[in-house]
Amino acid sequence: MADHVSTVLVTAPERPVATSPVPVPRVTTTGRPRVRRLAPGRRRPYARLLGPLLLLAVWAGASAAGLLDPRILPAPWTVLHTGWHLWTAGTLRTDLGTSLWRATQGFAIGLVAGVLLALAAGLSRIGEALIDGTVQVNRAVPTLGLIPLFILWLGIGETFKVVIIAIVVYIPVYLNLHAALAGIDSRYVELAEVLRLSRWQFVRQVVIPGALPGFFVGLRLAVTGSWLSLVVLEQINATNGLGYMMFQAQNYGQTDVIVLGLLIYGVFGFASDSAVRLLERRVLAWRRSLSS
Amino acid sequence: MAPIAQQLTQPAVRLTGLTRSFGPRTVLDGVDLDIPPGQFVALLGHSGSGKSTLLRAIAGLDHDTAGSGELSTPERVSVVFQDSRLLPWRRVLDNVLLGVGKRDADGRDAAERGRAALAEVGLAGRETAWPGQLSGGEQQRAALARSLVREPELLLADEPFGALDALTRIRMHTLLRELWQRHHPSVLLVTHDVDEAAALADRVLVLEHGRIAVDLTIDLPHPRSYRDPQLGEYRERLLAALGVRPDGEPTAAVPAGATGHRGED
Repeated sequence: MADHVSTVLVTAPERPVATSPVPVPRVTTTGRPRVRRLAPGRRRPYARLLGPLLLLAVWAGASAAGLLDPRILPAPWTVLHTGWHLWTAGTLRTDLGTSLWRATQGFAIGLVAGVLLALAAGLSRIGEALIDGTVQVNRAVPTLGLIPLFILWLGIGETFKVVIIAIVVYIPVYLNLHAALAGIDSRYVELAEVLRLSRWQFVRQVVIPGALPGFFVGLRLAVTGSWLSLVVLEQINATNGLGYMMFQAQNYGQTDVIVLGLLIYGVFGFASDSAVRLLERRVLAWRRSLSS
Repeated sequence: MAPIAQQLTQPAVRLTGLTRSFGPRTVLDGVDLDIPPGQFVALLGHSGSGKSTLLRAIAGLDHDTAGSGELSTPERVSVVFQDSRLLPWRRVLDNVLLGVGKRDADGRDAAERGRAALAEVGLAGRETAWPGQLSGGEQQRAALARSLVREPELLLADEPFGALDALTRIRMHTLLRELWQRHHPSVLLVTHDVDEAAALADRVLVLEHGRIAVDLTIDLPHPRSYRDPQLGEYRERLLAALGVRPDGEPTAAVPAGATGHRGED
C-alpha cells in the first residue's frame, strides 16, 4: 500500500501542479437543476413578502365577503381611505414625521453609545471592568419601568422619549458586539503576533471585522426594539406621533385609524429590518461564499 | 545543498539551554541547537515530545510558559500553522498582505509582491477569492504565500501539511522544497511524519524527553526517491530513534501519528 505512495512521490516533482479541479459537466436525467436534498430549496427574491401579502389577501377577502364587522376590523380599503384622508388633512404627515424622527434619533444615539461602550469594554480591561457590569445591571432593569423616573428627570417632552429608545437600542448592540469582540478566535491573535501587527492593525483588520456578524445580530434586535418602545412611549406620554394618533382613535372608537397606525408600524418595522438584512448581506459578503 | 558562503559563520537560530515547563512537567529540558542560515531542518518527535513547544518558543508565541535559556532568532521570522489561518473576511490577496506596508524599503509595491507570491504557490488568478472558496490545499498555499511575501530569514512550519490528504501533501512537499531552493530561508519543519522529514530536510532532529536525541544530516540530492536504499537507511534510523522497528512493530509505546509505515521493508 505504501509502495503506491512512494511511486507517486517519485514522479510528483515532474508533474505540473494543478491549482484548481477541472470542472466536470454534471449530467442530470430530468434536465432540472439539482437541488441539495436536505436543503430547504432555492431562495427566491422577495419571498419574505409572501406571508404578509397572504394575510392581507385573507383580510380583504373576509371583508369583501362581509365576514368582518367593520367596527371590529374595517376593510383594508377603508383603512387606506382613512389614511389618505388623514394624509391630505396633514395630521398623519405630522404624526408620522414625529414618530420617525423620534425613532431615528433614539436609534442613532443608542447605536453610537452601544458601539462605543462595546469597543471600550471589549478592547481594554479597564473598560470591561467599568462598563460590562454596569450594562448588565442596566439590562436587568426593565427599560420601560424607567419611564416614570425619566419623566421626573427630563420632563414629558421629546428628550425622555429619545433617551428611552436609545437605552432600548444600545443594550442589544452592546451585548452582541461585546460578546463578539471578546470571543475573537485565539488562533487569530497568534497569527497577528506572528505577523507583527500593531495593536491598531490588529483591532482594525482582525478584531472588528471578526466581530461584525455578532454586531449585526445586535443591530437587528435593536431596530425592532426601537419601534417597540416607540409604540409604548407614544401611547402613554405623547401629544403627537403615531401612538398618540391611535390612542386618540381608541377614545373615539375609530378602529380604522388604529389599524392604520398598526399597519404603518408594521411596514416600517419590516422595512427597517429588511434594510439591516440587506446591509448585512453586503458587508458580510464573505459569509455567502461559505453558505453557497 | 547550496551553501550561502558569506553567512556561514553566524547561525540563523541559536538556542542555548532552552527549558520550558507546564506546571510540574518539563517539556523542554535544556535544548541546545544551532541552525545555520539556509538550512532545511525537520524536527521529529512523538506527540507530546515538545516539538510544538520548541517551535512556539522560537516563534515567540509562548508568553505564558515558564522557562529559561537563551534564544536568538533572525529579524524576519514567518510561521506556517497546521491550519491556514486565513481570515475569512479578507480576500486571498488581502490575507497575504495582512500587516505588510504599502511599499517595502526598496519602494516595491506590496500588491505586486503579493501577486507574485500567490503566483509562486500556484494561486495566480485567485487573488480576489474568499478563503472559504479555496480547497484545503489551496488555503495552505495561500498561507505559504503569506509567509513568502515577508521574505523570511527563518520559516517555522508546525505540521503544515498534517490536515491535508496524501496526494495534496505530496504536491505541497514539492512546492515547499522549490520555494526553499528559490528563497533559501532557514526552515524548521515540525512534523510527526518520518517520510516527510526524510524526503524534505537536509537535517533531521528527533526530540525526546525534552532533549534533542538524534541529529542526523541527510546528504542526498533532491528530488529524493523512496527507492533509494540510502534514504531507506536514514528512515530506518529515524524510525528506530522514534521507537519503531523496521518491520513496523513498535518497540515501545508509540502514538498512532508516528507510525504509518507498516508493510514496508
